[in-house]
Amino acid sequence: LKITDKDVRYVAELANLRLTEDEIARMAHDLDEILSHVDKIDALDTSGVEPMAQVLYDADDTASLREDIEHTPLGSEAATANAPLKGAGFFKVPKVIER
Amino acid sequence: MNIPALTIDTVRAGLREKHFSAVELAAEALRFAEAQNPNTNALLTISHERAMASARRVDEALARGDDPGELAGVPIAVKDVIVTRGLRTTCGSRLLENFIPPYDATAVVRLEGAGGVIVGKANCDEFAMGSSNENSAYGPVRNPVDPERVPGGSSGGSAASVAQGTSVVALGSDTGGSVRQPASFCGVVGVTPTYGRVSRFGLVAFASSLDHIGPFSRSVKDAATLLKVIAGRDRNDSTSADAPVPDYPALLDGNVRGLRIGMPKEYFAGLASETGDHIAAGIEVLKKLGCEPVDVSLPHTEYAVACYYIIATAEASSNLARYDGVRYTTRAAESETLSAMYRDTRGEGFGTECKRRIMLGTYVLSHGYYDAYYLKAQRVRSLIARDFAQAFEKVDAIVTPVSPFPAFKLGEKTSDPMDMYLSDIYTITCDLAGIPGMSVPCGVTESGLPVGMQILVKHFDEAGMFRLAHAFERATS
Repeated sequence: LKITDKDVRYVAELANLRLTEDEIARMAHDLDEILSHVDKIDALDTSGVEPMAQVLYDADDTASLREDIEHTPLGSEAATANAPLKGAGFFKVPKVIER
Repeated sequence: MNIPALTIDTVRAGLREKHFSAVELAAEALRFAEAQNPNTNALLTISHERAMASARRVDEALARGDDPGELAGVPIAVKDVIVTRGLRTTCGSRLLENFIPPYDATAVVRLEGAGGVIVGKANCDEFAMGSSNENSAYGPVRNPVDPERVPGGSSGGSAASVAQGTSVVALGSDTGGSVRQPASFCGVVGVTPTYGRVSRFGLVAFASSLDHIGPFSRSVKDAATLLKVIAGRDRNDSTSADAPVPDYPALLDGNVRGLRIGMPKEYFAGLASETGDHIAAGIEVLKKLGCEPVDVSLPHTEYAVACYYIIATAEASSNLARYDGVRYTTRAAESETLSAMYRDTRGEGFGTECKRRIMLGTYVLSHGYYDAYYLKAQRVRSLIARDFAQAFEKVDAIVTPVSPFPAFKLGEKTSDPMDMYLSDIYTITCDLAGIPGMSVPCGVTESGLPVGMQILVKHFDEAGMFRLAHAFERATS
């Protein structure tokens, strides 16, 4: 196995994802299977090929800019309406300073 | 009125000739949806109030003598990854089981502005991640053609709803085939427009460089009409294209004689025989219509699944970082610190497939792997796009199967994620290249399962794609 449980724990930490022990074992197996397929792109020579980050089409240089028109924002009441915990127009969260 | 046989045209004619009012139609469509939806679980929410309010607006416009719009009175389902103001939008996830969006997606604004009546929100794989609709936190969708089989995914609810008749047309989203593949499995029309053709404002992001909104319908003409309504520049989405929107439904009847149809050899090798036979028969139909089949090659096809699952998961891992228990999701109870709360919320809230993709995406973006995976995949993406550009120098359209096989059984592929990913092979290249594609019904197998033929064309040639699909539809039905 190329992907170890330790690798999975490290990546889960980066992804802010709590996984159970069972999930860690299964994830190591699944990621290993997927990555061994994905690794086939290594064999392809891509020297001199530009990376494609977006689909491009012909447009003016400023086509992605919108007009600067004032509009009413959502407002804090609507923006916080779905929050699990809120108060005084803010989102409330558990203690922040730790680690 | 025969609800499951309605089309946009028959709704328009019924309203004009006063066979029914929009309110009567909406009430009947809602009754039909309530009665039939338990058979498939295609709709997660049936939106009575909103539908009746839209229908009343249509009747009022008609009473005033105003044009009620191109979709006046038409019952529509909207995939539950597209936000609707005041109407619960779950994304098929437990995390958003109580989420009431504060605004409408642009596509929704345009649908309702054209008189469309949203009757419900359609089930889907969680955050649109899946090929079978088995990853929904609200249970799988059953294929209306055979309830033991999947409807495809991730827009399985939208496809099943249209096939079942609980909506006339529907919106789905397509990142790697999530409109075309379920359309093919359910025997309906499904369209992935050019990247940027339809605003994604209000489409919950999965992989931003690949996401599209696209229509489902029971006829090519209805898909063309729906796309015309939702397409076009939107100031709220800077990636929406500032290109004129043709009158797609008015352009369906042109001649297809002499069109060169590319058949990429990479898509026909190793194809399950029954699907292959139907596509071959479909190509014979196109020949009878005067089209000229041409062998083409898309040589980087074999790298597409690898390329896609790097780019899509990398972008997904970033996009899904926002579900953290702070702003709109449910929150894990009793976590003492902020970082524990993030981890617990996400660990409890995401389903297995989302976790797998977040992990894969985080891995390929992590320190030391970015160049080998993400950057490399973006270079491979360029090669895949170049394959299509070169093919379209020789042909007007490319025809392929949508899926290697018809609808499979519930549970058949859930144990092996790689097996499920590989089933996307014929649809993901279109998303990677950003070109338009569609699935059009192409017969049924001996056991009665629909087969879909995929038509791919160059950027912004949706009108040409619809014309070919329309000619094919007329010749086969």
